[in-house]
Amino acid sequence: MEKQNIITAKNLSAGYSSGKSQKIVFENANFSIAKGEFVGILGPNGAGKTTLLKLLLGLLEPISGEINIFNECPRCGNIKIGYVPQHHSFDSELMIEALEIVRLGLSGNKLGFGMPSKNRKEREEAFKMLKIVGAEELAHRPLSTLSGGELQRIFLAQALIGNPDILLLDEPLASLDIRRESEFVKLIKETAMARNITVLLIAHNINPLLSALSRVIYVANGCVAVGNPGDVLNSESLTKLYGSPVEVLRDSYGRIAVIGAEEGAHHHEHE
Amino acid sequence: MNSIIFSFNIISDLQVMFQYDFMVHAFQAGTIVAIVAGIVGYFVVLRRSSFAAHALSHVGFTGAAGAVLIGINPIFGLLAFTMSGGLLMGILGRKAVNRDIQIGTVLAFMLGLGVLFISLYTGYATEAYSLLFGEILGIASSDVLITLISGVIILVALAILYRPLLFTSLDEDVAEAKGVSVFWIGIIFMLLIAAATSIAVQVVGVLLIFSLMVTPAAIAERLASKPSWGVAISVLIAVLATWLGLFISFYLPYPVSFFITAIVFLIYIFIRLMPSIRNFSFQAHYQK
Repeated sequence: MEKQNIITAKNLSAGYSSGKSQKIVFENANFSIAKGEFVGILGPNGAGKTTLLKLLLGLLEPISGEINIFNECPRCGNIKIGYVPQHHSFDSELMIEALEIVRLGLSGNKLGFGMPSKNRKEREEAFKMLKIVGAEELAHRPLSTLSGGELQRIFLAQALIGNPDILLLDEPLASLDIRRESEFVKLIKETAMARNITVLLIAHNINPLLSALSRVIYVANGCVAVGNPGDVLNSESLTKLYGSPVEVLRDSYGRIAVIGAEEGAHHHEHE
Repeated sequence: MNSIIFSFNIISDLQVMFQYDFMVHAFQAGTIVAIVAGIVGYFVVLRRSSFAAHALSHVGFTGAAGAVLIGINPIFGLLAFTMSGGLLMGILGRKAVNRDIQIGTVLAFMLGLGVLFISLYTGYATEAYSLLFGEILGIASSDVLITLISGVIILVALAILYRPLLFTSLDEDVAEAKGVSVFWIGIIFMLLIAAATSIAVQVVGVLLIFSLMVTPAAIAERLASKPSWGVAISVLIAVLATWLGLFISFYLPYPVSFFITAIVFLIYIFIRLMPSIRNFSFQAHYQK
């Protein structure tokens, strides 16, 4: 049976407007993503990877074309989406415990204080999510005492707490060392499979993702290429995308390095 | 007042103190202001907007000085100027609120303008002094009423916005994705800071606004693992410092605002230095 598409983009162009000027980030993207897929979003800095997530979150309108989630236009506050942004605005010395941050993902958008009995249930739900990501021992620790890897687990628990169908993760591996990158990808993959969640994950280094990926969205040079990792991440495909010679090398472990792209495209580093 | 002697019998001391209307008004207004400043201040500290709050108090000084010049109640000038400043900062967004150099430039100009207004005023210099350093012992019952009404409005607004305000203060991008209007929350919060600043100026003055708006909240932020506890601790410290400051000033010939600032400062230093405080023990146990 064919899998149900939950995200579709048709002739999608995106960018930012400032007064009368308009900056196009990418144009004419066409793709669809089925339920349960694990999709890596790759590309150089400033190519439009985060822009694509903003479109899906309803934080940005397409310049032209259309993008749909569950056959409707993206909108802010869609409870079917869990999101982990690249940056978080809280202070690095914050003493608030991790459990409270996770709980905000469930009720932070509701008005008022919340009734004590409901607050207790929310804390139980937040603890359950921390257990799912293997971080229950971090529940009562202040955020300021957590390492980069521990924080990513907390943010993942916060994104999972509303039982979403889609997870949008913006560079969750950026602050992790090589070993923790692989562990975290494994955790995301296993959690997503167990809960039938579709994952779109932005990364600079594809290598930790290779075992988990079902497909790749590659954003570069104002264009978007979509396909299986082998179909997109090869010299011919990326040369066409960049419009200049690019070579994709693989080592004996299957790890990938992209060489010769324009400055800023060195995102698939050697491990 | 200086001839009144502290008897070490707290009940009879308080009975003597509350025979004076100006002390009753001071405790009433001081308590309202401390509660409001303690709560608003906790979010100011979480959002790292303390300099913006400080700048708003200076903008308020100009408004109050202008009101004094044209012969109306200074609190209306304070409210008008701080609310306008707060609205402008809110519209410009949180990034603008954290732009210290630009805010500092506007702050200095507004303070200069306030000085001009005061110099044009032909009345007593005590007006300027009370605006800069607070004059809680001179609060009239009509000012207590204005403070109460403003305080209740601010508290109701904070109660309604509590969770979205907390969410945007701690994790703005996720809150926005979850449907919280970061723009509107930012504007409303700046207006609430403006109103809180306006009423707090009566107690501690423009220059000492940090003592009620920021220091108790900064202490609370270091102690509380839950936001609700943080709010409670911040309010508790602000209220206790205000009560204690008023109490001491009844017996000593020095300004109330000095005692309030000294009390919160000493607590802050104590919290920062005490090795057994939970912050230290957490960091000792959980090395990154």
